[in-house]
Amino acid sequence: MPVPKTLGIETEYGIVHRGVDDPNPISASSLLINAYLSRRSQPGVGPGSPRVGWDFIDETPHNDVRGFSHIGSMAPEVETHLVNAVLTNGARYYVDHAHPELSTPECADAMAVLRHDRAAELIMIESMSAANEVLPDGEELVVYKNNSDGKGNSYGCHENYLMDRATPFADIVQHATTHFVTRQVFTGAGKVGSEAPWIPGDAVAFQLTQRADFFEEEVGLETTLKRPIINTRDEPHADPLLYRRLHVIVGDANLCEVATLLKLGTTAIVLAMVEEGLMDPALQISDPVRAIQAVSLDTSLRQPLLLADGRTATAVDIQWQLLEQAQKFTLQRGTELTGGSVADLVLLRWEEALTSLEADPSELVGVVDWVTKKHLLDGLAERHGLSPDDARLAALDLQYHDLRPERSLFARVGAETLVDTPDAVIAMEQPPDDTRAYFRGRCLQKWPEDIVAANWDSMVFDLGRQVLRRVPMMEPTRGTREHVGTLLDECETVSELLDRLST
Amino acid sequence: MAEQEQRRPVRDENDREEPVDVAAAQSASRGSDRLKGELDDLLDEIDEVLESNAEEFVKSYIQKGGE
Repeated sequence: MPVPKTLGIETEYGIVHRGVDDPNPISASSLLINAYLSRRSQPGVGPGSPRVGWDFIDETPHNDVRGFSHIGSMAPEVETHLVNAVLTNGARYYVDHAHPELSTPECADAMAVLRHDRAAELIMIESMSAANEVLPDGEELVVYKNNSDGKGNSYGCHENYLMDRATPFADIVQHATTHFVTRQVFTGAGKVGSEAPWIPGDAVAFQLTQRADFFEEEVGLETTLKRPIINTRDEPHADPLLYRRLHVIVGDANLCEVATLLKLGTTAIVLAMVEEGLMDPALQISDPVRAIQAVSLDTSLRQPLLLADGRTATAVDIQWQLLEQAQKFTLQRGTELTGGSVADLVLLRWEEALTSLEADPSELVGVVDWVTKKHLLDGLAERHGLSPDDARLAALDLQYHDLRPERSLFARVGAETLVDTPDAVIAMEQPPDDTRAYFRGRCLQKWPEDIVAANWDSMVFDLGRQVLRRVPMMEPTRGTREHVGTLLDECETVSELLDRLST
Repeated sequence: MAEQEQRRPVRDENDREEPVDVAAAQSASRGSDRLKGELDDLLDEIDEVLESNAEEFVKSYIQKGGE
C-alpha cells in the first residue's frame, strides 16, 4: 500500500575561505553557521533560531535494510561535537564533515520542499553576510551550491522519501534505479570535464551531471566511497514497523527551481507506483552503473541503453514510459498521497520537459541546469574562441553555483521561478503546516528556553523537574497545523502543552 | 493524457535504425535570435564578473569529500 510521500532534501554546500593561507573548512563551516544563529538570535531581528542542539539518541546511520553491515565499509560516524542546530522552520543546520549542510523540514509535497530549498539558499546568503561582518578585512566566506570541486572530491545533495515498510526492497531497487539513471536528463546540474579515474580528464568537454562520475555500485550502504545508486541506510526516523525512508544519494543540487520540483516530484510518484506494484517489470536497465555514466556523458540524448531483456531505449524514451505510467496511475488513484495539486503540476512539467528535450533542449534554458549552464559555456567559448580546456570554462562552471547574489552566474540568467521570494523568506523561519515539522518548529518558536534537544522523531523538554520529558513523534504526518495548531495557540507553557498532549 | 503522440516506444534490438546525428542535434539547440540577443547581454555580464584569474581560481577551489 502506498503511504503519503513525506519528503525532504539535505544539501552539503561547498565552502571557500578567501584571504587566508591555510583555510580550514570545518572551522569555516562552524563560523558560517554560528554567525547566522547569532544574528537571528538578536532581539528585533525576528523570532530567531534558538540555540537548541540536535539529539542523536535515535540516530543509526549504520543500519542496513539488508539486515547486515560489513566491516570496513561502515557509514562514517556522526560528528556530534560540531555545530548542529535546529531552526524554527523545522530544518537542521549543521557541519557535516567539512561542509555546511542544511536539511529541510519534512514536507508533504515537492513544492513545499522547493520553498524550503530556496529558504536554505537565503539562509546561506545571510550566513555569508553575517560571517563576513565578523571576519577581518580581506577575508571572506563563499558558499557554493554544487557537488564537486572538479578534482575528484564530491559532496552530496540527498533526498528522502517516506515509504511503506512492506514494499519488497528488491522492487524499490529495480524501479528506482531505472528512474535515477534516466531522470538525469532533467536533474543534471552540468559539469565541465570528468572526474572518473578511468576517463582521461580531457576526453570529456561537458556532461549532464555533477555526480555520475562518483557512482561505482548498484546497491550499498556507503555514501563517501564506492557510492551506490541505491543507498541501503535503514534509518526511518519514524515507526520502523510501518515505514522505511528511502535515502537517495545520486542527485545533483539544482539551482533551477523547475529542476528541483521535477527531481522530487517525479521520484515521489515513481516510488508510490512501486508501492502499488504498478511498475512495468520489463523496464529494467541492464548495467545501471555503466548506464548512469553513459547517460551523463551523452549530451546528444540519443544514445540507446541496453535493457535487461535485450531491447534498447534512450534515457528520454524510458522517461516517456515512466511518465505514461505515472499519468495512468494518477488518473486511477488520484494524488492524495503524492502531493495533491502539486502532483498534477509535476506531471505537466515532466511532459513539457521531455517534449523539449526531444525537440530542442535549448527551450529549457532557465528550467534545467545542465541546459542552462551549457548555454552559457557554449556562448562564452564562441565569443572568445576558447578551447574546451580553457580555465575560463571551468571557472564559469564553478561560479554558476556561487551563492553570492552579486557573483552568482546562475542568478543572472533570469531562470523561471515557482516560489515567490517573500514566501521563501517566510520559510526561513516558518515550518510547513502539514507534517510533524509544524509541531517541532512551533515549539521552538514558542518555548526555546524549555527545549533541551530535538531531532526528526522526538523533542526533549525541560520542565525544571528531576527528569526531562521526551515527546516521541514517530508519525511524520501527525503534528500538523490541523492536528495541533489550536492546541499550540492555546497553551501558555510547555507544562500545559505536555499535560494536554498526554490526556 | 495517457496517449502520447510524441512518445517513442522502447525499441526492439532489430529495429534500431535511427542514425545518431549529434551535429544536427547540437545545431538545433543554438536557440532563436531572441535568445541570442539575450545571450550577448548575459555574456557581457559574465565577462564582467567572472573570476579574473580563472586558472588560479579553478586550481584553488578544493573541497573535502563529504556525505
